[in-house]
Amino acid sequence: MIGRSILGALVNLTKPGMYVHWGFIQISVANLIVIGLMTLTFILAIAIPFHRKGGRS
Amino acid sequence: MTTLEHDTSSSPEEDAEVSKQWTTRIRRRLVEMLPPERLIPDRQPSFLSSWIYIFGALTIGALAIIILTGMVLSLEGPGWWHTSSLGLFVNSMHLWSVELFFFCMVIHLWGKFFMAAWRGNRQLTWITGAVTFLVSVGAAFTGYVSQTNFDSQWIATQAKDGINSTGVGAFFNVLNFGQMLMWHIVLLPVGVLFLTGLHILMVRRRGIVPPFEDGVNDKSETVASGTQEGTPS
Repeated sequence: MIGRSILGALVNLTKPGMYVHWGFIQISVANLIVIGLMTLTFILAIAIPFHRKGGRS
Repeated sequence: MTTLEHDTSSSPEEDAEVSKQWTTRIRRRLVEMLPPERLIPDRQPSFLSSWIYIFGALTIGALAIIILTGMVLSLEGPGWWHTSSLGLFVNSMHLWSVELFFFCMVIHLWGKFFMAAWRGNRQLTWITGAVTFLVSVGAAFTGYVSQTNFDSQWIATQAKDGINSTGVGAFFNVLNFGQMLMWHIVLLPVGVLFLTGLHILMVRRRGIVPPFEDGVNDKSETVASGTQEGTPS
């Protein structure tokens, strides 16, 4: 219940989903956020150095 | 003990006969294709020291959670996963592990696409991965229409016209709950698991593709053998 209240404060889930329209492209904001997060994770996975055991890099 | 002594003192004729057996030939062929030290290596190439290489393993981890929670859901049934707090929790774990599965798989796909992971005779590795992705989309879709709630009814009624227009609706009826459930919990998971296993075996057999700038021969088999100097796995 607490989790639902916190989530409810961030996103109103009782209303229809929001969509972004750009020409013939139509995408939900939720899907757009997931694509953004995947892109960000992809960039970070390449950019952040991977530290190996023993301190070698 | 007598059997052992008998085996060790077998005649050349017996040895020749044993080497012709189909079990011997299959075992020899399998060991040639994928030696144990390559199947489960002790060391990995040094170029694997990047976060981009972890997303395949993360996808497999998410798949394991999907299968485990799915098994619990199939044992308990819709009445349980809709009403009890534990059922709702397991149902949520099933959903969120699917979200994580696709999240990691897409990043894995992007990483492999931009490093042209089909190089060095690794076409089958790439193809089995791509087909696994497509089969997974089908598995997820049949899961969404098997929820037994208004959401699944909405998705099924919205999807039926599109699917029927392709002609697939003749044997794939999204409004048939029983059929969708069987696709979701039997046929498609078997397909995903089989293809994932095949994909992993292909990765072990051909090795992980080296980076472009590495200068290592793309077809290098030693890279995958676990004998090359590198990072302990």
